[in-house]
Amino acid sequence: MPARLKHGLQALTIAVVLGLLALLIWKVVHQDEGVKLGGGRTPPAPQFALARLDGPGKLKLASLRGKVVVLNFWASWCAPCKSEAPRLEAAWQRYRGQGVVVLGVDGQDFSGDAKRFIRKHGITYPNVHDGPGDIGTKYGVTGFPETYFVDRRGRLVGDRVVGEVSAEKLAAGITRALQS
Amino acid sequence: MRLALALLLALVLAAPAAASERHPTLGELEGEVMCPTCKTTLDQSSAPIADRIRQFISARIAAGDTKSEIKQKLVAQFGPAVLAEPSKHGFNLLAWVLPFVALGVGAAVLAWLVWRWSRGREGSPAAAGGPSIDPELERRVDEELARFDG
Repeated sequence: MPARLKHGLQALTIAVVLGLLALLIWKVVHQDEGVKLGGGRTPPAPQFALARLDGPGKLKLASLRGKVVVLNFWASWCAPCKSEAPRLEAAWQRYRGQGVVVLGVDGQDFSGDAKRFIRKHGITYPNVHDGPGDIGTKYGVTGFPETYFVDRRGRLVGDRVVGEVSAEKLAAGITRALQS
Repeated sequence: MRLALALLLALVLAAPAAASERHPTLGELEGEVMCPTCKTTLDQSSAPIADRIRQFISARIAAGDTKSEIKQKLVAQFGPAVLAEPSKHGFNLLAWVLPFVALGVGAAVLAWLVWRWSRGREGSPAAAGGPSIDPELERRVDEELARFDG
């Protein structure tokens, strides 16, 4: 094999390996791990417009600016979501007069199953459908249920609640968001 | 004759695919649909949502849906990532095209190397019928062989 050809093939091989390495690094760097919370951070809540489960059309998070939003990620097949549903409904009834909205985001679920869940548990607060779970990924949701608190200026405040949310944690999160 | 054979082969290959499209089974769809929570195909998952999707597929098969119809309904609920195969448009098209491009480039490089190698052999002194061995050495080898035979 002539030396020029040999060097050309070697250069091509190195270029291909470097290209694949660059792709791998790009993928790792751009992996969406969701917003970082805690330590006094108040990042803006990722925006979304999702199909409503409690009526026609879409609901935009931006349309709730000026209100405190309790964002609850759930799925109909998730057992702890069933136990916490009455607590979320009670918080909605108790705080709605103070400009607080509880918003359920049903993810990785059939919309029909979600609607049945809403009816069965007597839920009256608004709910939207995030079938692929993309919005959950933007928030950094790692499982269901998870709850976030958004203040009146559209910023995430406090820590997220991973797993079933208690009445105390709901009250504390809402109070912090109202005072933020 | 060749055309008839090609048509026959195409028919033989297309018939099972058409049958699978019209009358899909849960088993084959389990390998083509992803579990949204665990990011594996359904046949490797026992997650609650995987069980629910299996139940949905069985119900749609019983209702007479084709494979494409079932997949469309799943995509409408969970997005395109619910399909194990990447879609054949946009950036995902690369996943379908690149293996064939790599295969073509590899075959071309191999053919070129074989061509170079065979040309090199044709141009060698042995192939050209020229002296391949020193006459003195050849004479000595013949002598040694004769002594060995004797």
